[in-house]
Formats: sequence, C-alpha cells, structure tokens
Amino acid sequence: MDITVDVREVPGKDGARIVDLNGEIDVYTSPRVKETITDLIDQGHYDLIINLENVRYIDSTGLGVLIGGLKRVREHNGTVNLVCTNPQIKKIFDITGLVKIFGIYDSEPSASAAL
Amino acid sequence: MISPHGKGAAKHDVMETIELRLPCRAEWVGVARLAVAGIANRLNFSVEDIDDLKLAVAEACTNCIQHAGDSDEVRIACAVHGDKLVVTVEDHGKGFDGRAVAPRALGEPDVGGLGVFLIRTLMDDVSFEVDPRRGTKLTMTKHLRK
Repeated sequence: MDITVDVREVPGKDGARIVDLNGEIDVYTSPRVKETITDLIDQGHYDLIINLENVRYIDSTGLGVLIGGLKRVREHNGTVNLVCTNPQIKKIFDITGLVKIFGIYDSEPSASAAL
Repeated sequence: MISPHGKGAAKHDVMETIELRLPCRAEWVGVARLAVAGIANRLNFSVEDIDDLKLAVAEACTNCIQHAGDSDEVRIACAVHGDKLVVTVEDHGKGFDGRAVAPRALGEPDVGGLGVFLIRTLMDDVSFEVDPRRGTKLTMTKHLRK
C-alpha cells in the first residue's frame, strides 16, 4: 500500500516528461503524486505522460490529482497522456467518463507519439 | 470482531457481521479495503466485484477522513447474507451528506463528488443517513452473482 514516483525525459520530445508510478494511488499516497506533477508544471513542463502500467489501484483522490494536473497544463496548451493497460484501472476511467478528457494509450511510445 | 447469528437464520437474514474500527486517518484506508476484499473473497465474489467493493469502501472511508472533522474513528461493518454483502461505513463527525451530491455529467473534468459517484455506480444499493450530532452512516449492498 505504497507508491513510488519517478520522472524521466521523453526521448525526442523537448521539455516533455514521463512520470512512472508504481503501487497504489489513494488518499494516503496521492499527495506524493500531486507534489511531483505540481513541481513539473511549476518548472515549465506542460506535456506529461503519466505511466500507470504498474499502478494496481486508483481511487477518486488519484483521479482528482490527474484531473488537476490536466487543468493546469491546458492553461499552457499542454497535455497529459496516460499509459494504462490494467483493465480495472481502465474501467474506472470508463465509468467516470474520464476517457473523454484524457488521452489513454496502451504503450509509452504511442502516448509519446500523441504529444 | 465477528458476531455469528443463529443457525436457523433464513437465507436472506444476516448470517454474520464482521466489524472493523479504524483510526479516521488516510494511512488506514488501505487496511479497510484489504479487509473487505478478504471477506468478499471468502464469500466467492468475482474478482471484478471484489475490486468494486474495495473501491467503494475506500471511497466511503475517504469521505469520512475528508468530511468527518472531529471524528477519531471509522467503523466498518460487513453483514454477510446468503446472497449479498451489506457494508456500512460510519463516523461520528459533523456529517457528510452524500445525498446532496448531484449526479455528474460523464467526461466533465471536475473532481467534486467523484467518490460518491463511484460508490453509487459500483454498488447495487446505496443509502446515506446523516445526523449532525451523531455523524454519517453509509450503507452499501453488493449482490452475489451466480
């Protein structure tokens, strides 16, 4: 019941960043994710890929962090693309309708190509 | 804590109630959802339904943490029936009125009410009891699918 957060550059995409998340995102761990995303945006990185491939669980607080990040980067004409292959996580994005506001991709290269 | 009921209980009566009392703090929500997942697994709920229960219980606990204010404890009770699991989550804070959360439009990029929306979507029956003096009680039912 923990989360690790790592940040990498996106190959061939100047200024874009990949945020690798590993673990569970809930009311306890989501502040760590929020802090990382907020720091990246404050540093001027407005094109983000959030890699959820190793996320086993996400709740509304985690979704709220992603939505908050998307709202902020959109103010700078940026975007947030998600990499998500876990069916349960995909289901949460489906039933909340968030598939319509996030770009959700099956792999990092396809999320990167769409930036 | 397990409270067994009589052997002669009818199929739709409560067979057992398992109670969990946790500190009303974020670090304990994971324990709540894992406990409920273990109970649902024992009742042969599908993996998908167990995931639904985990999320709904976690959202209910999160509401308690974010809105219960002066409550120091969250009480989770799982009433095991023959064909369903009824989970109640209650606190003794100032109360969070989930009934007042309006249904949200799909795709709306907003955070407010997302937790209650998920609970209502993932569970079969949901009801809120709000008492400003005694806190909030959320009752959620998930039926066992054959």
